[in-house]
Amino acid sequence: MTVAAFMSQLLQLALALALAPLLVGWVNQCRAWLSNRTPPSLFLPYRTIRKLFMKDAVVAENASPIFRTMPYIVFGAMCCAAAIVPSIATDLPFARAADAIALVGLFALARIFIALAAMDIGTAFGSLGARREMFLGFLAEPALLMVLFTASLISGSTSLPTMVEALAHRELAIYPSLAFAGVAFTMVSLAENARIPIDNPATHLELTMVHEAMILEYSARHLALIEWAAALKLFNYSCIGIALFIPFGIAEGSNAWAALIAAVPTLVVKLAVGGFALALIETASAKLRIFRAPEFLGTAFLLAVLGMLVNLLLGS
Amino acid sequence: MHADAPGLVAAAITAWVIVGALGLVRPHDPGWITRVLFPLGAAIALGLATLAFTQIGAPAQATVLPLGLPDLPFHVRVDALSSFFLMVLGIAAFATSIFSAGYFGVHDETPGLLCFQYHVFLAAMASVIVADDAYAFMVAWEAMTLASYFLVISEHRTPQIRRAGFLYLLIAHIGAIGLLLCFGVIQAGNGDYTFNAMRASSTQGAWPSVAFFLALFGFGAKAGLLPLHVWLPEAHPAAPSPVSALMSGVMLKTAIYGLLRVTFDLLHMQLWWWGVAALALGLVTALFGIVYAAVQTDMKRLLAYSSIENIGIIVAGFGLALLFNAYGKPLVAAIALTAILYHTLNHAVFKTLLFLATGSVMHATNERSLGKLGGLIRQMPWVAWLALVGTLAIAGVPPLNGFVSEWLLLQAFLFTPSLPQSFVNMLVPIAAAAVVLVAALAGYVMVKFYGVIFLGRPREPDLIHARDAGLLQRSALIFLAVACVLLGVFPVQVIAVLDPVNGLLLGSSVRNAAAAGNWILLAPIDADRSSYSPLVVLVVIVAVVLLTIQIVHRHYHGRIRAAPPWDCGFPQQTSRMQDSAEGFGQPIRQVFEPFFRMERHLPSPSDPAPRYRVSIEDPFWRGFYVPIAHAAEWLARIAGLLQRGQISVYLTYSFFTLLALLLFVR
Repeated sequence: MTVAAFMSQLLQLALALALAPLLVGWVNQCRAWLSNRTPPSLFLPYRTIRKLFMKDAVVAENASPIFRTMPYIVFGAMCCAAAIVPSIATDLPFARAADAIALVGLFALARIFIALAAMDIGTAFGSLGARREMFLGFLAEPALLMVLFTASLISGSTSLPTMVEALAHRELAIYPSLAFAGVAFTMVSLAENARIPIDNPATHLELTMVHEAMILEYSARHLALIEWAAALKLFNYSCIGIALFIPFGIAEGSNAWAALIAAVPTLVVKLAVGGFALALIETASAKLRIFRAPEFLGTAFLLAVLGMLVNLLLGS
Repeated sequence: MHADAPGLVAAAITAWVIVGALGLVRPHDPGWITRVLFPLGAAIALGLATLAFTQIGAPAQATVLPLGLPDLPFHVRVDALSSFFLMVLGIAAFATSIFSAGYFGVHDETPGLLCFQYHVFLAAMASVIVADDAYAFMVAWEAMTLASYFLVISEHRTPQIRRAGFLYLLIAHIGAIGLLLCFGVIQAGNGDYTFNAMRASSTQGAWPSVAFFLALFGFGAKAGLLPLHVWLPEAHPAAPSPVSALMSGVMLKTAIYGLLRVTFDLLHMQLWWWGVAALALGLVTALFGIVYAAVQTDMKRLLAYSSIENIGIIVAGFGLALLFNAYGKPLVAAIALTAILYHTLNHAVFKTLLFLATGSVMHATNERSLGKLGGLIRQMPWVAWLALVGTLAIAGVPPLNGFVSEWLLLQAFLFTPSLPQSFVNMLVPIAAAAVVLVAALAGYVMVKFYGVIFLGRPREPDLIHARDAGLLQRSALIFLAVACVLLGVFPVQVIAVLDPVNGLLLGSSVRNAAAAGNWILLAPIDADRSSYSPLVVLVVIVAVVLLTIQIVHRHYHGRIRAAPPWDCGFPQQTSRMQDSAEGFGQPIRQVFEPFFRMERHLPSPSDPAPRYRVSIEDPFWRGFYVPIAHAAEWLARIAGLLQRGQISVYLTYSFFTLLALLLFVR
């Protein structure tokens, strides 16, 4: 492990922490444009997080330590994930410690902790949210893993940097297995980030909410961390998508400082396009009933498995 | 090490039997049994685990014991495979015995009898693992079944418990018949029932396949493979918690041991389609187990179904190892085998931990229905926090131990080298998808288990008087929780310990390949392909969490106000409004509805005292067992037609029989 690799690792993590709220702000802005509303400021998520950090925390009387440690653990897990997914560089020392399977494991860790914390207070909404979150997770998690497996069958590795390097140097063409995987991945990302066909990030007091129901009891700095972690999760999923499907422009090899500097604007452009696409999907589709969600996610899972089989059949 | 390993194991077995017998000396004295005998048993278990640990890498040692029938002495052998399973037994038995010292006694009528059965059970399991001839194996196997049967029905005044015990005994014996036939087939008629002779014999034609499937049937009955799993969710809740822990943590593993012993050691050849069969059976079992675990409302039944799931995963991995080995890919086979051995060890640790935790909860609350528990993390923080470790471990979350074996298994699935049969090549990724689905469902089930018992508000008013577990129970749980963390964080070292088993069974090793990484990085094939370092993950997560806490607390005030729960401003909240166990399992029930046999009673809107009731039945009862029972009854009725109860009729039968015989003999 060289100092340069370590620096690029830290730079990537810092970039993720800084850009994640901006991505959320950008998606919200696009959504507002698309529905003919005046958009809020692009920097609103930063201000929200800052405001929340300033406030007094209100914690339910019967909260156990799980409730208070959850935001930190989820935030930590999301930071780890941000360090693994190659967004600007592939020379990441930490990515050797955790491959694609471990990445899904980290998301599972965060999910389980959020669900447990939601059940901790013992409110109706909390346990409802926890149940639904785990319910969506049990289909989304295998689908995500299958998408990653398809890519790792192509590259012969489960290590994300190796996958990116292998995928970035193939002939530019439409690969059927990756096409299946891409559709599956889009569907999973929508579900996992509490986006519209499955959940609505802009709602409260609805019987249909999932993610918001789990964090109802949180306030102030705990809520700030959760919001930041949620933004990081969206950022991580976007970066996984970029790494698997449009991996061009990510700096490869060590000591590639020029490539590293160039990778940052490339990433920003890709994220901007991705965020706009997300807003477009959200605006164009209606929310599904919770019991239609298994069909949606089951389709994603089957598509991902199909992608894997197509890869084995056609070898591409 | 040149210690006489078989002799020492025999000594440990004898010591366990003696400790058990001492319990019968003063059967009604709880102090004698819990303060002296159970700790003694724990010490023996620790000694056995240490011995097994040193013997895994050592060459196999065999000896003949002066026991058994005159011409059929007991053969004993300690090799890498049996050492590994002895170690599993020793670790689980150590924790369970410590726990039992703080658990049994006051409530039980005759703790001495329990102590006797318990230690005979331990001794029998150890004997199964070291037996080196079919005779000794079957004797030990039956002793294990009987001892556990008596432990299961230790509260025999309840009719359901007697029924559960009978079911267990019945299925165990059907399985034992399969094993008996299996050994008979392998020894190929030369009359020598030692395992050495079986290793040398080479049966031909279809006989190896017959032997394999008899073994799969016989050991499957003990392990809880479909469709012989029905005893498991009945017997586990019926038994006292430490016994459930041993049965689930170790006894099911003796079946895995037997399967490995027969398939890779005794049989001289392996065929690829055995692997496919085991893979398919294991996956179906795993999926069935976890889906049914999700809808259980009794915490021990939930864990029992989860054990079925884990055994299913292990058998699936076993099938994979078999498949790769039959195709001559020993390295990948070794990864699959390492994964299932690792999972065996892991399951022994975390399932024991969780069963013992349910024991503590039952001790404190006298309740095992999930619908009447809740919020125990406030009254029983020790048990709750230690159970959280087990919950996360079994849910397969990094950096704990459940994830390591899952990771290894997926690596084996994923790096399917191109197999000669394209059909099998297609099958393996689909099987990987099923494994991943099962693993994700396990997370769901464990959140339900933990959340309903320990989190939320108490569902019954009495629960606020629950007391935390005592020192002995607590230390057993701490031991197991620490084991979960260590097994999760140091996989390279653990694999180095269990690698000789690969050498014994497959003649290959993952250790040289793993050396491509270093002590901190687990890389079964090479580091470019895949690597995982739980220690680094743990350190980074902890560092980030601590750093975040530091920064947050330095730059912002730490003011906290306690208030009643908000719940969107809903005014009247009661503990009944939380999800019950049924409620939490409801989405799974809805998705998998076609697979369940459900009886549901929905109250009508005008019902003044509405009660919602749903009961879920195992479909194998009606689909498999009841038809067999009917067929048996029908056969008995047909046979009964012969019996007229008149002497003249019987004399006529004799006459015709004689005539028929004369026709043949002439």
